[in-house]
Amino acid sequence: MGNYQVNKTYQEINEKIKKGQAVVVTAEEIIDLVRRKGEAEAARTVDVVTTGTFSPMCSSGAILNFGHSKPPIKASRAWLNNVPAYAGLAAVDVYLGATEPATDDPLNKVYPGEFKYGGGHVIQDLVAGKTVHLVAESYGTDCYPNKKLEKDLTLKDFLNAVLFNPRNCYQNYNCAVNLSNRTIYTYMGPLRPRAGNANFCTAGQLSPLFNDPYYRTIGIGTRIFLGGGVGYVCFPGTQHNPGKLRGENGVPLSPAGTLMVLGDLKKMSPRFLVGASLLGYGCSLAVGLGIPIPMLNEEMAHFCAVTDEQLLAPIIDYGHDYPAATGRVLGHVSYAQLKTGKMELDGQEIPTVPLSSLVRAREVAQILKEWITQGQFLLGEPVDLLPGSDEIHCVPTASRDS
Amino acid sequence: MHAEMLVLQFSRKVVDQPIIYRLVKDFNLEFNLLKAAINPQQEGVIVMELRGHPQDFRRGLKFLRDAGVQVKRVAGEVRRNDELCYQCGACTAVCPTGALYIERPAMSVAFAAERCSACELCCPVCPARAMEVKLNRNAI
Ligand code: SF4
Ligand code: SF4
Repeated sequence: MGNYQVNKTYQEINEKIKKGQAVVVTAEEIIDLVRRKGEAEAARTVDVVTTGTFSPMCSSGAILNFGHSKPPIKASRAWLNNVPAYAGLAAVDVYLGATEPATDDPLNKVYPGEFKYGGGHVIQDLVAGKTVHLVAESYGTDCYPNKKLEKDLTLKDFLNAVLFNPRNCYQNYNCAVNLSNRTIYTYMGPLRPRAGNANFCTAGQLSPLFNDPYYRTIGIGTRIFLGGGVGYVCFPGTQHNPGKLRGENGVPLSPAGTLMVLGDLKKMSPRFLVGASLLGYGCSLAVGLGIPIPMLNEEMAHFCAVTDEQLLAPIIDYGHDYPAATGRVLGHVSYAQLKTGKMELDGQEIPTVPLSSLVRAREVAQILKEWITQGQFLLGEPVDLLPGSDEIHCVPTASRDS
Repeated sequence: MHAEMLVLQFSRKVVDQPIIYRLVKDFNLEFNLLKAAINPQQEGVIVMELRGHPQDFRRGLKFLRDAGVQVKRVAGEVRRNDELCYQCGACTAVCPTGALYIERPAMSVAFAAERCSACELCCPVCPARAMEVKLNRNAI
């Protein structure tokens, strides 16, 4: 990379954090600072910028080890509060996915289904300290003779509980409209016919990957705020696609980068892991996630100073184009516009509706800022960067990304 | 989930039939008894809260009327459970009266109870199910 006026290392910043001397601001606060002082001066003054996001993230779940019983069981099927968990792992390991509905859920048979309780809700109940009912079945083996196990557990009774989300924290997302003639129920919320509303789902200028568009600092091993506790980026998320078309500022114009993250569920909180019921679509889990970005040089200050005016969401028709996977994009709209409450599409004024909570995203960024300022949270230097950190592709692809 | 306060009046003819039992068993509804005055072989009045899936609720109501029970519906009200609400704004897409609205630039979501018509459209749309149907006890 080029010659910078400011050059800081992770070690230097961590030393300052340990001494309680690090200067930390949120990704919203840095905007004004860069405007007033310039990028180099901002990078010199500030050590870390904190980001945050809070919204339903379907590709989430928990790896749970419920410990051995007497006599032991090799669970081949398992349920927690009547929600099936995947048991095709070792004897007492299961994976509980956020979108798995309870076995007796009527699904979309009574349309639109309410999806009252699913994996995401079990995860929230667990972190809230509630008791959950475990049922495990097995075919029985010589070493694990038990064929059925039922017990009530709270989170602390599990030997291990790890939140493990294969795809979180999308870098940009679609703005959803419905050009058909009937109301549709999607993971982007209910969409009224003839573009009756436009729904969007990112925190804009506060969102982690908008502030590090080329993944210069967010990589494998980055320590993050996850669900109210501490987590880590462990890999690029599934469908991570850095090759999407980007604007002049380097920010992708459609859903691009994603993160695979994990962390100790036992230390997380029900305020930042909330079971979600998406009408007509399914169950999910709203996740609070925040990433600290080190001000290694003025380029990072430049990236973090990005504003909602410069961030564009692709407008996608979920009435026809999305389910038919045509890849058609109706246009782009800035997050600044989306946050005003209305936008224009083909001369028609449409109300815009957020699905991601900016209020709680700010809370995430604020908490992370306090942790770092108080010296409780050190930066994790990536052991490897994500694909796309070293190159700039410009390959347009279809926009079907859920 | 739909919930309503109902005042049921039973005539002599139906007072001995297991009406409530059938509501629970055949229509999957839950009830909460608030007042009951029933004299066997005479007339009776029951005030109760009935809740269940909107479709089951309608069918249950029809069953009651077909069985000869006089049903009076008491208006409910919708309230937000602020413990559950995570301030996203999804509900503002469907609220017809503007009772749910976004405060800018904070992007927080406000609920003006006095503007709410209790249409319940927001209830199933809220991902956190924070909009709850409450009974207006003063209306009984
Ligand atoms: S019940 Fe109807 S009027 Fe009241 S807040 Fe909900 S959508 Fe708005
Ligand atoms: S949809 Fe639910 S959680 Fe979101 S702002 Fe409305 S009431 Fe709150």
